Amino acid sequence: MKKRKLIINITAVCLLIISLLLLQRLLMPKYVSAIVEGSLIEEYYQETTGHDVIFVGDCEVYESFSPITLWENYGITSYIRGSAQQLIWQSYYLLEETLQYEKPEVVVFNVLAMKYDKPQKEEYNRLTLDGMRLSPIKIKAIQASMTEKENLIDYIFPILRYHSRWDELTAEDFQYMFKKKKLFHNGYYMRVDVRPVTTVPEGRKLANYRFGDNAYYYLDKMVDLCRDNDIDLVLVKAPSLYPYWYDEWEAQIEEYAAKHDLLYINFLELIDEIGIDFNTDTYDGGLHMNLSGAEKLSVYLGKVLAENYGLKDHRNDDVYKEVWEEKVDFYYDMKAQQYYELEKYGYLKSFGAKPPTS
Amino acid sequence: MLFTSYSFIAFLALLFTVYYLVPRRFQWMLLLFASYLFYFIAGPTYVIYIFVTTLSTYLVSVKLESLNKAQSAYLAEHKDMSREEKKEYKASVKSKQRKWLAACLLFNFGILAVVKYTNFAIANINAVIGAFGGGTQLSFLKLALPLGISFYTFQTMGYIIDVYRGKHPAERNFFKLALFVSFFPQLIQGPISRFSDLAQTLYKEHSFDSRNISFGIQRILWGYFKKVVLADRILVAVNTLIKNPDTYQGAYVLIGMLFYAYQLYADFTGGIDITIGIAQVLGIEVKENFHRPYFSKNIVEYWRRWHITMGTWFRDYLFYPLSVSKPMLNISKHSRRLFGEALGKRIPVYLSTFIVWFATGIWHGASWNFIVWGLMNCVVILISQELKPFYDWFHSRFNVAGKLYFKVFQIVRTVLLMSSIRMFDCYRDVPMTFRMFGTIFTRFSFKPFFDGSLLKLGLDLSDYIVLLAGLIVLTIVSVSQARGSVRRQLEKKPVLVRYAAYYALILSILVLGAYGVGYDSSQFIYNQF
Amino acid sequence: MNTLLRMLKGLHPDVDFETCETLIDDKILDSFDIITLVADINSEFDVTIPAEEIIPENFNSARALYALIERLSNED
Repeated sequence: MKKRKLIINITAVCLLIISLLLLQRLLMPKYVSAIVEGSLIEEYYQETTGHDVIFVGDCEVYESFSPITLWENYGITSYIRGSAQQLIWQSYYLLEETLQYEKPEVVVFNVLAMKYDKPQKEEYNRLTLDGMRLSPIKIKAIQASMTEKENLIDYIFPILRYHSRWDELTAEDFQYMFKKKKLFHNGYYMRVDVRPVTTVPEGRKLANYRFGDNAYYYLDKMVDLCRDNDIDLVLVKAPSLYPYWYDEWEAQIEEYAAKHDLLYINFLELIDEIGIDFNTDTYDGGLHMNLSGAEKLSVYLGKVLAENYGLKDHRNDDVYKEVWEEKVDFYYDMKAQQYYELEKYGYLKSFGAKPPTS
Repeated sequence: MLFTSYSFIAFLALLFTVYYLVPRRFQWMLLLFASYLFYFIAGPTYVIYIFVTTLSTYLVSVKLESLNKAQSAYLAEHKDMSREEKKEYKASVKSKQRKWLAACLLFNFGILAVVKYTNFAIANINAVIGAFGGGTQLSFLKLALPLGISFYTFQTMGYIIDVYRGKHPAERNFFKLALFVSFFPQLIQGPISRFSDLAQTLYKEHSFDSRNISFGIQRILWGYFKKVVLADRILVAVNTLIKNPDTYQGAYVLIGMLFYAYQLYADFTGGIDITIGIAQVLGIEVKENFHRPYFSKNIVEYWRRWHITMGTWFRDYLFYPLSVSKPMLNISKHSRRLFGEALGKRIPVYLSTFIVWFATGIWHGASWNFIVWGLMNCVVILISQELKPFYDWFHSRFNVAGKLYFKVFQIVRTVLLMSSIRMFDCYRDVPMTFRMFGTIFTRFSFKPFFDGSLLKLGLDLSDYIVLLAGLIVLTIVSVSQARGSVRRQLEKKPVLVRYAAYYALILSILVLGAYGVGYDSSQFIYNQF
Repeated sequence: MNTLLRMLKGLHPDVDFETCETLIDDKILDSFDIITLVADINSEFDVTIPAEEIIPENFNSARALYALIERLSNED
């Protein structure tokens, strides 16, 4: 009798835990048709082969560089671990986490995130952190990112955060409960639509142009991490016209790169050389590159990387060939689909694009 | 640390574990430590207040008892004293004890008065100065109001009065008394326990009793359900309604009134469920504070069933002593002589009732709203007392007593009456409350119920569905409580039914609970970076 | 005893106070009744019932109440 009771209780607790886990999966946002950026980080874990180059940073990495182009032109394998408003400590911990899985030759970090010294917004934290697998590194990333009102436990058990979505669940939440469809190209978010630059806002005057100590602390850590792992760190600044990139910031990065003997590429200064045309190469008026812009940048960056760091051409390597052929197919399929939608509706309807407002 | 915070839940989990791991004779000490820790986290300076109250009460209680002992010893030694001498001697001891008691009451109620009512007094003095054209105004004091001071002061003063009355001996162990005063589950919102009740289980050694613990946890969960799923959800609409009195008048006042009745019930009884549940997990019995109050048929009955420990506190320590005090008995004699039997009898009763409700009102909060709230209760009680002959006549004339429909009518009437008095709790000041109440009659319209206005108060359709379902569950549970403990009834049900109920409870708290940041997808929309 | 029963009858004519033992437990006497009684007793018997004696055991039946009055008047 006592034994029977024990069995019932244990079964009950297990069932409860299982139903909670299922419920948690159901309630978490799926980021498949809207706010697709939320899916960027988790797609990495589906990778089966290693990469020569890892990108970390905010939208200026995942909208500006196309790993497929790097592959097609130079046989460089790469992955972008970028996410929306990725803060530098998040970049650092994402890199540290990536190094648990593989050891790249080169790491590319986009320096715009240096402007943030403190945690910013819970919602953006979520877009980056929820996708990470649970690990001690994730915990550290959460602790570095939390704003004052946040709790660690809300990240470890996301059901506590997303429970109130119960009344806005859609078919998508059930459909993608266990497996999501692939949305990105090794972390690159493809957009083929065009919205030319019309105005370029001037940067507001700031009270203080020096990057914060915390930002520097993590940049130092990133430098050390790369050095310890025998990885070359490259700093880049994507050619987005805004958020505004101040000369004072530029000077600090240049100085930092020189001091630590790092390669720093500011694409804002290379717009003409690369041939970026802000009438055709951006999809949101100069904030982000579209496919055309990203491909141009990638051709340039690939050349620099191949020449400077002697990256091997894997195009004839059987291990990579098969994997990458599939990626290339997916790339061109999506490209064709996007052009098809563009032609049919005059704007991108799916792929996380927002319908035109006016 | 709110009951609904993660840290409180972690605190509980840790305490429950350690409590059953330490040697049993240390359990009460652990509770004392936990209670002071809880209080310290709430505000480090608060600890001083509660400690001072404990210490002063302890010293006086010991003094009272030593006076008692001295008296017994003296009487034993002087057996040959005459009756008159004995009486005189006893009276002198009693008078000494009374002085000590008075000092203790004055000191501790004084602390309460200073921290809680000084600014209220200053505001009133300023208003009077202003009314007479005076220019100088007193400035407000910045005093921290220690958490739960009204509750623990009342509980502790009840204790010292009981010692004085000889109801039970004084607790000789200072730390045990300190635990009685600070026992953390009831610190924030009661119940106000009696030493003679609580002490029976508070200091005992408790072994791990899985049934008791399971019952306690069920009670805690039920409390969280009421608080987090229902009270905190409807709170949004209540706030919208009462914070915008210019927009929401007429029917909205009625809606706000009913919503507030729902919220207060779910919040207060839920909190008490958590308190009693925690105590039960610890093996400690805390007296019930509610007895299905919304099934009361009249206001006197309501006050016997709502916030019971506060009502009985005022009854035993204020109403009775006041009513049977010498001055009051004298008033009684004089008024009977002056106004005749019928009216004269009433005067002292009315006077005591008035004072008690004034005190009850101001105990709830330092504002005229609460005073008027208390006095409104008083008025309703006295009127219904006066109407008693009429009621009796009505009941027998129309033969309605005991009929179900009439019971329902009485219950609805009582709930509406209590809810309307409670509006003083909601609006900014007394005149506004009266004005808003008036609009129910002058600007009433059925439109807000049907034109979708209800969906603009901060709750959407799914929230109303949850609230309605919650109301049904609350009603079913309350009705079942008439047949005894719901948990015991559930225990007898088949395993599947039982676990389905537990699952439903846990999952609904987790999923439907109005806690956390709340999901607003627009916040996630990626627009700039 | 008869005086006391008369007093009680005056409050609740319909109750049989000679046999009822649950005046408080069954909520027949409420707090108003009790203090009215205490005042009446004070004027009729010249006995003051102190607040600490207002407990259910002393008011549950007419007999218990009478015993209380006798005890208090003997103490004086």
